Amino acid sequence: MMIAPAITPASELTISPRLAKNVRRNFTERVIEFILMLAALSAVATTFAIVAILLYESLGFFKTVSVWEFFTAKEWTPLFEDAHYGIAPLVAGTLTTSAIALLVAVPIGTIAAIYMSEFASYKTREIVKPILELLVGVPTVVFGYFALLFVTPLLQKVIPDLQGFNMLGAGIVMGIMIVPYIASVAEDAMRAVPMNMREGSYAMGATRFQTAIRVVTPAAISGIVAAYILAISRAVGETMVVAVAAGQQPNLTFNPMESAATITAYIVQVAMGDLPHGSIGYQSIFAAGLVLMVMTLSFNIIGHIVRKKYREQY
Amino acid sequence: MENQNLTSTATANTSLMQNLQEVRDMIRRHKRKDIIFASVGLLALVLALLTLLTLFSDLVIDGYPKFNPDFLTEFPSRRAAHAGILSAWVGSLLVMLVTFLTAVPMGVAAGLYLEEYAPKNWLSDLIEINVSNLAGVPSIVYGLLALGLFVYGLDLGQSILTAGLTLGLLILPIVIVSTREAIRAIPASIREAAYAVGATKWQVVKDHVLKYSQGGIMTGVIIGMSRALGETAPIITIGALTFIAFLPPAPISTTAPFINFEWLSSGFTVLPIQMFNWLSRPDHAFQVNAAATGAIIILVTLLMNGVAIWLRYKIRKNIKW
Repeated sequence: MMIAPAITPASELTISPRLAKNVRRNFTERVIEFILMLAALSAVATTFAIVAILLYESLGFFKTVSVWEFFTAKEWTPLFEDAHYGIAPLVAGTLTTSAIALLVAVPIGTIAAIYMSEFASYKTREIVKPILELLVGVPTVVFGYFALLFVTPLLQKVIPDLQGFNMLGAGIVMGIMIVPYIASVAEDAMRAVPMNMREGSYAMGATRFQTAIRVVTPAAISGIVAAYILAISRAVGETMVVAVAAGQQPNLTFNPMESAATITAYIVQVAMGDLPHGSIGYQSIFAAGLVLMVMTLSFNIIGHIVRKKYREQY
Repeated sequence: MENQNLTSTATANTSLMQNLQEVRDMIRRHKRKDIIFASVGLLALVLALLTLLTLFSDLVIDGYPKFNPDFLTEFPSRRAAHAGILSAWVGSLLVMLVTFLTAVPMGVAAGLYLEEYAPKNWLSDLIEINVSNLAGVPSIVYGLLALGLFVYGLDLGQSILTAGLTLGLLILPIVIVSTREAIRAIPASIREAAYAVGATKWQVVKDHVLKYSQGGIMTGVIIGMSRALGETAPIITIGALTFIAFLPPAPISTTAPFINFEWLSSGFTVLPIQMFNWLSRPDHAFQVNAAATGAIIILVTLLMNGVAIWLRYKIRKNIKW
């Protein structure tokens, strides 16, 4: 901040109007900057509050339940008379649905990204990209409806003894939901590869396909892998599709034909009921939430590291 | 001598022809791979687009019997045929109002600070890391935060205010990131020109930076709001009731003092929760209601996203610094 030199005679005790105006002006500037900084700090405060709340309520939970039981017991029945507190069934459900989602989303998403970046004409891309963005904006509860009442009945025609609630249908729909996300992040990474690398490849007589697979994809691999990892994190944290279509019963299985609750589905199920504040059931959703947070956070961090560390600079 | 020469040229020619043939075959093979991959890629894209179409038409077909004005003006009911979404859409509207009023000022201010004011130090780095990290936090975790902090910690209860604040925090990273992107597109020369005629920093920011980034910020706000409209998990987590057969007190009245804030602490339901509630009932009649609600949600969010994308396209096309 610059303060204009005061041109007041030393004998005068009052400050000149010009200087007073400057002082006022500087003061206002500082206040505004401070307010803006507070707004920016709200992001830090939110993170801090999330961690604090999850840890605080989980601590209450772990006063009743030993950490050992939490990670080794094979049953999760906190709301029953005969309560067991093993997180394993919920984690198994979460991992199974996420794995199915990735099996669907990674191939389709990658192929769509390569096509959009390397094959599609300018016009096609201008039409398709916005539509993919629209698909990202579809609310997840609607996808839940789709999984339960459209995809599952369709699957039951192929696999007659599939249960009404099953992880397969939920996982497939979740995968379809993630495709646009992988496609658009991976496409951005591929488009960032400089044109002269492609031109070099074409000059050597390579075709579009060879250029796309052997030149562009390896060059953009850090961005593509980061897209996959962020997609895992999204699948793990996804709630409504699994809460609607995968069932609400904790079930220690990796069989996609069965129904099983995920961590998120459990939280929804408990929150729908009327649990007294401070009870063990209430605390259990925070312990489950903490596990979820740790899982997604570690995927996000790995994704960040992959993108930073393995980025090829051209 | 001449004869011999001719023969050797002929042999050379045949082997050259053979080579040429091989090369042409190779090129053809590779081109075929190109075409195969291009068709597979197109198929993958078409599949994604078809899903959107199937999803929407499935909802519209299933929910068709409920597309009448009564559906919008009736409260939910135990009888599926009479159930409507009046309390749900009013609730959604009021929650979105709170979300807008919290997320937009905070998000834009934070974005301005990070782009225009923040010095290069550990604090700015910390804020940036937090913003990008918050964007990756699952929405249900925001619900847990709200349950512990707003509902019980600050004792706001399961109210419209709680839901609005929760969704406000949820879309804050979206607003911040889009604000920053919009600001970054403004060239330094604009700022320098304003400084040169004696503007203070805030005057530059307010009269120039903010003004020229309006469109970009608006895009992010619309996308964030459409996300908030469809978000279900955090609102369920704070324990919102699903059966609401009343409306919150009206925010505006005809008698003095004309505006009241009682509605903020009122119980509520929102469209996606109403849909989830109907969806989780085994009765098929309620699933028709769920489909109709889903069709309305998807229509509104698609419309909002469409406007945002169109806006961004227009900005990109029009502004040439």
